[in-house]
Amino acid sequence: MFRDITLGQYYPGQSIIHRLDPRTKLLWTLVYIVSLFVADNKYAYGASVLALAAVIILSSVPFTHMLKGLKAVLVILIISVLFNLFLTDGRVLVSFWIFKITLEGIRRAVFMAVRLVCLILGASLMTYTTTPNQLTDGIERGLGFLKLIRVPVHEIAMMMSIALRFIPILTEELDKIIKAQTARGADLESGNFIKRAKAMTPILIPLFVSAFRRAGDLAQAMEARCYHGGRGRTRMNPLSMAGRDYAAIIIMFAYLGGIIVLSVLL
Amino acid sequence: MPIIKAENLSYDYVRRDENDNIVDSIHALSDINLEIEEGQFVAVIGHNGSGKSTFAKLLNALLIPTSGKLFVGGIDTADESRLWDIRRTAGMVFQNPDNQIIASVVEEDVAFGPENMGVPTEEIRRRVDAALKTVGMTKFAKSSPNRLSGGQKQRVAIAGALAIMPKCMIFDESTAMLDPIGRAEVMSVAKKLNKEQRLTIIFITHYMEEAAQADRVIVMNKGKIVMDGIPREVFTETEKLTACGLEPPQMTMLAKDLRDAGLALPHGIISAEELADALRVLKGQ
Repeated sequence: MFRDITLGQYYPGQSIIHRLDPRTKLLWTLVYIVSLFVADNKYAYGASVLALAAVIILSSVPFTHMLKGLKAVLVILIISVLFNLFLTDGRVLVSFWIFKITLEGIRRAVFMAVRLVCLILGASLMTYTTTPNQLTDGIERGLGFLKLIRVPVHEIAMMMSIALRFIPILTEELDKIIKAQTARGADLESGNFIKRAKAMTPILIPLFVSAFRRAGDLAQAMEARCYHGGRGRTRMNPLSMAGRDYAAIIIMFAYLGGIIVLSVLL
Repeated sequence: MPIIKAENLSYDYVRRDENDNIVDSIHALSDINLEIEEGQFVAVIGHNGSGKSTFAKLLNALLIPTSGKLFVGGIDTADESRLWDIRRTAGMVFQNPDNQIIASVVEEDVAFGPENMGVPTEEIRRRVDAALKTVGMTKFAKSSPNRLSGGQKQRVAIAGALAIMPKCMIFDESTAMLDPIGRAEVMSVAKKLNKEQRLTIIFITHYMEEAAQADRVIVMNKGKIVMDGIPREVFTETEKLTACGLEPPQMTMLAKDLRDAGLALPHGIISAEELADALRVLKGQ
């Protein structure tokens, strides 16, 4: 049931986007998200959609594959569109019962939809083109400056990479537990929401117990292999910025500047 | 100098309440005296709760002795300042293959140990390639561990321990969760390491057939060493083994039954080949 979430699923490839340094991609993604919130007219939104389309084409990740990632947020998308559509004041176009649709409402709903879709696609494009390991490496090295304000960057990156490693294992285990409990007569399908939520207890408890046991084992295995935190660690594949990374960062600033200019001037 | 030396080694699992009073205490190991020479292949067998896994964890300083001394490569494991030297000396492969692989790419997992030790980048690369080659997993260097079989995962775990270049490798029931093919894979890698790289192997198992392939077998029961010798000697003492809740190898039992039934078979048969040879000799007479 959790297999639909594609965030964190690497799509193997050799495109220029795949080969960019994860720090570059991380920065680009952050800037892109900021740009989506800076943009406030159709030209700026158009520019950000075009930029995303260009990067998707460069990455050679099939677009249909990317759309799968949207499924998980479809409900949120619909709800936010409906809220904006019906709850914005302005020039009324249509009204029935207690609902009214305004021109501003349509405008905001469309912008909201574009913003959310671009946000999800942009963020998942990064995870499609970056292996989880590169990603955590990128976070550890790229956000290293946060250590100065006592953010445990290494620990966060390590936790993320372990989480990514164990998601498929725990998913498999969850499937097994569900089957085992169903075989013992557990009814997970029928009843209302509350009843079904309660029926999850005999599934979640074994899953948690097993996760804790695994955590204990893993901690021992890590200690046995001389793990003692981030201090003094070296890397087999240290990150290094190439020419394409600097080019990408220059383009990024140009893009951000363009969005700001479009939003302010037009 | 022996690579492993235990002097009156004891370990208790102690449970305390919130006021630090001892509620419960279990003697997992009591008064173990033991020496293991460098380059030996030692199998440790015993029933559940015999203390064999506790012994393994003491060797890697994951546990510290309650009393007595344990020296690994000449270092006292209770000496906290040399903890990392001990862990570099004694590599460890655990039971569950999934719970000891840290990274999502095989080669990055193998690199985990040397990375922790602060080994320079080029040297890590060399060690990882060599370790993967030794265990025959070079082909899977870039794969995800999730796609591997149990035996392959365990070989990755062995490579991970090898990359820290230990003098001795401890297999803590590393074959317990594997199918027969996986078990054979792990065993053959362990033997290869022992033969080609002169690594000391401590192979903790409850499969007699695996223990039969060691140079020396140590049988543990209720936290004590009850038998210690070459497999041939240990396994032919079938009554003593049974008393420890262990089942002697099938061929030893078969030879014993045949002998009881009147066949003049020699003592000390532990494998199918040996039994076949002995029967052939008998038939030729």
